[in-house]
Amino acid sequence: MNKNNYLTIIGIEVHLELKTKSKMFCGCCAGHFRVKPNTHTCPVCLGLPGALPVPNRKAIEWCFLIGKALNCNSREDSSFDRKNYFYPDLAKGFQISQFNQPFCREGFLTIKGSTLIRINLDKDKPFPSKKVRINRVHMEEDTAKLLHKIVDGEKVSLIDFNRSGVPLVEIVTEADINSSQEAVEYLKKLQQIIRYLGVSDCDMEKGSMRCEINISLISQQFPISNFKLPNYKVEIKNINSFKFVKRAIEYEITRQKELLKRGESPIQETRGFNENRQKTYSQRSKEEAHDYRYFPEPDIPLIKISNLKSQISNVIPELPEEKKERFIKVYNLSEYNASILVLDIQKADYYEGTVKAGGDPQGTANIIINKRIDINKFTPKQLVKHLQKQKTDKVSDTAKLNEVIDNILKQNQKAAYDFKKGKQEVIGFLIGQVIRETAGKADAQTVKKLLIEKLK
Amino acid sequence: MLNSQFSNLNQLTIVEVLKGLKGKKFSAVELTQACLDRIKRVDDKVKAFITVCTKEALEKAKEADREIKKDSKVFDKKPLMGIPFSMKDVYCTKGIETTAGSKILESYIPQYNATVYQKLLDVGGILIGKTNCDAWGHGVSTENSDYFTTHNPWNLEFVAGGSSGGCGAALASDMTLFSIGEDTGGSIRLPSSFCSTSGLKVTYGRVSRYGAIAYASSLDTVGPMAKTVEDLSLILNIIAGKDQLDATTSANQVPDYWKSLTSKVRGLSIGLPREFFGKGIDKEVKRLVLQAVEKLKENGFRTVEVTIPMLKYAIPVYYLLACSETSSNLGRYDGIRYGHNRNSFGAEAKRRIMLGTFALSAGYYDQCYLKAQKARTLVIQDYKKAFRECDCIVAPVSPKPPFKIGEKADDPLAMYLEDIYTATINTAGIPSLALPCGFSQKGLPIGMQIIGPQFSEELLFKVGHFYQERTEYHKRKPKVLLHE
Repeated sequence: MNKNNYLTIIGIEVHLELKTKSKMFCGCCAGHFRVKPNTHTCPVCLGLPGALPVPNRKAIEWCFLIGKALNCNSREDSSFDRKNYFYPDLAKGFQISQFNQPFCREGFLTIKGSTLIRINLDKDKPFPSKKVRINRVHMEEDTAKLLHKIVDGEKVSLIDFNRSGVPLVEIVTEADINSSQEAVEYLKKLQQIIRYLGVSDCDMEKGSMRCEINISLISQQFPISNFKLPNYKVEIKNINSFKFVKRAIEYEITRQKELLKRGESPIQETRGFNENRQKTYSQRSKEEAHDYRYFPEPDIPLIKISNLKSQISNVIPELPEEKKERFIKVYNLSEYNASILVLDIQKADYYEGTVKAGGDPQGTANIIINKRIDINKFTPKQLVKHLQKQKTDKVSDTAKLNEVIDNILKQNQKAAYDFKKGKQEVIGFLIGQVIRETAGKADAQTVKKLLIEKLK
Repeated sequence: MLNSQFSNLNQLTIVEVLKGLKGKKFSAVELTQACLDRIKRVDDKVKAFITVCTKEALEKAKEADREIKKDSKVFDKKPLMGIPFSMKDVYCTKGIETTAGSKILESYIPQYNATVYQKLLDVGGILIGKTNCDAWGHGVSTENSDYFTTHNPWNLEFVAGGSSGGCGAALASDMTLFSIGEDTGGSIRLPSSFCSTSGLKVTYGRVSRYGAIAYASSLDTVGPMAKTVEDLSLILNIIAGKDQLDATTSANQVPDYWKSLTSKVRGLSIGLPREFFGKGIDKEVKRLVLQAVEKLKENGFRTVEVTIPMLKYAIPVYYLLACSETSSNLGRYDGIRYGHNRNSFGAEAKRRIMLGTFALSAGYYDQCYLKAQKARTLVIQDYKKAFRECDCIVAPVSPKPPFKIGEKADDPLAMYLEDIYTATINTAGIPSLALPCGFSQKGLPIGMQIIGPQFSEELLFKVGHFYQERTEYHKRKPKVLLHE
């Protein structure tokens, strides 16, 4: 066994701000980005004495929707709990969250695995698809926001309660992720699905999607299938882009590896990520960890979810994976094209809209993907017109294109010879030459087809 | 307009006052002034009020008189038009200081109205003041108020009961027509018993808690306190019902409690739980409660012995749950807002915060909080079983007559034991009506409670009213302050 081989073990907690109209437990408007401080507040979200929380039905439905999209189970009864701690941004001295009975649990999300480590790999799939198990999906409320400013020459901390009580969904994975690529892959996939559901903006920079990475390393042992989790984990917070997720994980892997190589065990702690220095730094150690004194929220009765469930199954939209399969089947698209088109739902809808308006499925896919059509600029109908015009242009151009190709082949006889001898890669060079000759107007696929025909 | 028959307007019941106002025998201003005068004369001895709203109350009374003059049918829409009332100082009243009896909230002015207050305003009620209580409701005698102790109008050396002691004392000394109390473990019933007034602890969920400063959220109930059961029924008609702002309120229909008061009750069976009459009860208390039961029996009720075995765990179960919840509810008074830091918490609040924090801490949760929750289920089952045998239960409110101010001040445990007969009713979430049933030889009031299954307020009122129609205890006035 190579002592210097380590397996990276990562679990991710994601917080999503739902884009419901009102807050989680009161009727205040939930919007808080670039809003005048403390204008979306009421006794409930200010935590004033005597005020009581009334749960937002829509937010709960959306939480179930997310759970369902992540293949989770849900129980008959669910409840809210109080998480008690002191912080100036916490209006009531506790956060209403879920502890014992989260709305959804035991789901999974399939991602493209990037490592050779075959944990939870689905062997039936041609590419190494990997199931990341979801431990739980639960509902809670956001805290207020602290602003550290100087007022009249004095350093002060101000509290903006507009964010207080905005609905948050927390999604927690099992420790199934084994590399920075997989972590990013998971987050991107999650973001894609949530955006499909239309329940959150999932904007990491604006804070409507936040993630905490739990990471530890273990000396690699075989068989890997029954390894034991390490006895420590490091939590990394304050990461606000996919790029930084990758950097933070890679920095942390190196840091922990160094410690382990020296025979030391990394301590259990919470670390922040400094974007400027591209490093993680220690924030809080285990000894300072909170005892949150969770207990059932007495102000909110048990939530019976049998009624909710039937409603949710009716509204769950087609998710990226299903859409991709359908695009392949119905429109005869390649796996690659289909997967790009479904990356975000606007693009996918735009594609289908164009096809329905009379666009040729293949041509539409090509133009959206290769020409990077600004889908906000053209309506699908306009695009169809454009496509049809292009087609007629192309037909009249075919003769011209043949001419160009013949010229290019004459000028590059060596390359043509090489290709015929079996050096397939020169085709790329020839295509490039033709496209350059036509000032970029020629379609690469068509050129390739014509070239191959001529070279046969 | 003042008729000599009504020389002491403040002594009347709501039912009597409504007759007078409707018949234009006197005005709302005269009535309100009578209460305010009474407060001025006796409250420096009784100390029932933390805040008296003289100016606001008189303005409201003038408005009420204008409305009554304009529309004689105004009482159909606003059944409590022109009636002065007081509230325990735990209810948020917009623009009026609300302290919860605590120094932490001294000079705190709420920005919104509690639902119960708003409902009373909407039907023409006139708030004359906010009454004293143990800080946050933590107590049985108002001795834990951070301001002062309320004295018992029947004997000023004695406590008025708690935590809604100010409500009870204000009623017993005729400073108000009715009061809104708050009962978490006996806080309405104990002062009702100690002051010889009537008070209702409602079914959990019957009345909205929105705007009631929380003590223990799963046990807190908002209820009326008045001079008679009949008056209580009029108030509950107004304040009961589903509230969109309190998720724990019930959608159960609200019957007309007042109309059904006089319907038939004969033939009902009364359960007498043996644990409530056993060890530790004062002889006089036992005698007077059983005498009341006798009175009901003479008039066609049957009795049956029932058992509530969980009574022996009443105090630990109640205090573990209540303190756990209060430790969380009081977390918001962290010194950042409200103008006072945590040093302003009184000794009893600190004791309960520590107890609750301990009970919820990792490693103790299972043996403290969780165990108490399991015991709570058993308490509920005990009462369910008992109500298969009987229609309602009659029991004493407190094992002892009222005690002297300072008598138990150094013994928190002795104080906690005052709740022994009342706390399980909160734990079970069921209603209980407290009403006077006699006086001790020293002339101190003794009360009983009529306990029923969930949402049986209608029945409790009927039985209580039936009893008050045949007895005079609730009509007696304390002699001490009679000539003040």
